[in-house]
Amino acid sequence: MKKLTLSRKVFSYPYILFMLLFVVTPLVLILVNAFIVDGKIDFSNFVDYFGNPANMNVLTLSIEVGVITTLLCLLIGYPTAYLLSKMNAGKLLVLIFIMPMWVNFLLRTLATKTIFEALGVQLGIGTVIAGMVYNYLPMMILPLHTTISGIDKSYIEAAGDLGASPLRVFTRVVVPMSMTGIISGITMVFIPTISTFAISQLLSNSSIYLFGDSIQLKFDQGMYGVGSVMSIVMLVLVLLSNFIINKVSGRDNQNRSTLL
Amino acid sequence: MKKAFSSIFLFVVAAFLYAPIVLVIVYSFSGNSNFTFTDGINFDAYLSIFTSDKTPKLLEALRNTMLIAVISSVISTILGTVSAIGIYYLNKRSRRVVESINQLPMINSEMVMAVSLMIFFVTFTFPEGYLRLIIAHVSFCTPYVVLSVMPKLEQMDPNIYEAALDLGAGPVRAMTTVVVPILTPGIISGFVMAFTISMDDFIITEINKGATTGIETLSTYIYHDARVQGLEPFWFAVFSIIFVVVLAILLFVNLHKVRKEQEEVKV
Repeated sequence: MKKLTLSRKVFSYPYILFMLLFVVTPLVLILVNAFIVDGKIDFSNFVDYFGNPANMNVLTLSIEVGVITTLLCLLIGYPTAYLLSKMNAGKLLVLIFIMPMWVNFLLRTLATKTIFEALGVQLGIGTVIAGMVYNYLPMMILPLHTTISGIDKSYIEAAGDLGASPLRVFTRVVVPMSMTGIISGITMVFIPTISTFAISQLLSNSSIYLFGDSIQLKFDQGMYGVGSVMSIVMLVLVLLSNFIINKVSGRDNQNRSTLL
Repeated sequence: MKKAFSSIFLFVVAAFLYAPIVLVIVYSFSGNSNFTFTDGINFDAYLSIFTSDKTPKLLEALRNTMLIAVISSVISTILGTVSAIGIYYLNKRSRRVVESINQLPMINSEMVMAVSLMIFFVTFTFPEGYLRLIIAHVSFCTPYVVLSVMPKLEQMDPNIYEAALDLGAGPVRAMTTVVVPILTPGIISGFVMAFTISMDDFIITEINKGATTGIETLSTYIYHDARVQGLEPFWFAVFSIIFVVVLAILLFVNLHKVRKEQEEVKV
């Protein structure tokens, strides 16, 4: 019997080896490239990156664009998910809002760009944000819809029966109970927005480069050290947001978003 | 009144999401790319698919996309299914570690994954081309297979496997004729997910395809062609065809799924 369980465990070894080789080692190489210069531990890449005001401008601009995009997605996405969850056909209707996600994002971005140009809209920061919202809105709606439609209706009814006004029911019951969805929606919009490639270039006629584009640019120019430092910054953001998600969804472990 | 307001809100949001898609489809019949019908309704854009010198390159890109998607999703499905079974029987602590690493490609920013793989391939001088791309695609597709097979394993009655052994099946036979059929729905949805993610990928492919190989997938070819010249009527027609095909498949699959679920609820 013992031998048997041992033999089934073995099935996971090829994949563990694969992940160590092609997922973990590449990330370790990023660390190596960032910290080691000419065979010695050295922080010059960090100094190079953080000491350059142009780099800092890209980082702050990316975070600004990320925050604005995320807020707009939340502002549009939350009411959408909420209204859909109240409808009988909501489960079917939510598909309408998520389907564009499966059409290649480049096709959609180029389509938006062409329309902006035809309308005579000046390409710039405004069009970049509009394009980002357009691209990532479904990523906000999906986790929100999953959590909101999972809320037990009797809580909402009970709050109403106990005399809470509809607004109070919404702010004190619905919003706190959908926190998991809100946080996972925020991460699923914010992280790709600041680290994506091509969208900001295309929608600003290459006048605006966000964080993802400039990581690519650094590697393209052979500046592996600085590029690795930027990847570490991104990685820290990713792990931090994942940590927050786990914290929140661990607290109310009712329904984790099906996407994560 | 309130109901009307919420319908209007939902309609406006949907309109925002579909406007670019619909407009491109409508103006694909105008034969030009400035969103006017000065030449009336015509099929010039569609006819240009047969004559344009872009068409052979587009077909080549389509072939590459499919080739990479099929190979990597098949490898991912086999690797993911087998390893899900293995991970399920790991002890609690190692299982948690392995599952966290498995999550990494899913939560990580695509750009970081792309450049980390590029550094890796350059450092260990992997040959440029399909090998790099397939390794990269397998590494970001397999986690989704593992994740869709795992719930089926958890639902499975663990005694079934033991029963098969007691009834005289060898471990391999018990696995292939008893366990795998139970996991099939999870395996299929994992495969479909792996295939779509691989087909849709842009960032990781763009950064790892290598400058000298000339390999283009659909995404990278669109990027390189339309970035410089903007959208020509040719692309309007190609986009429309792709949009309609993708949406039709999705609508068909999802309606089928919802209908099946409703039937199950009734039963």
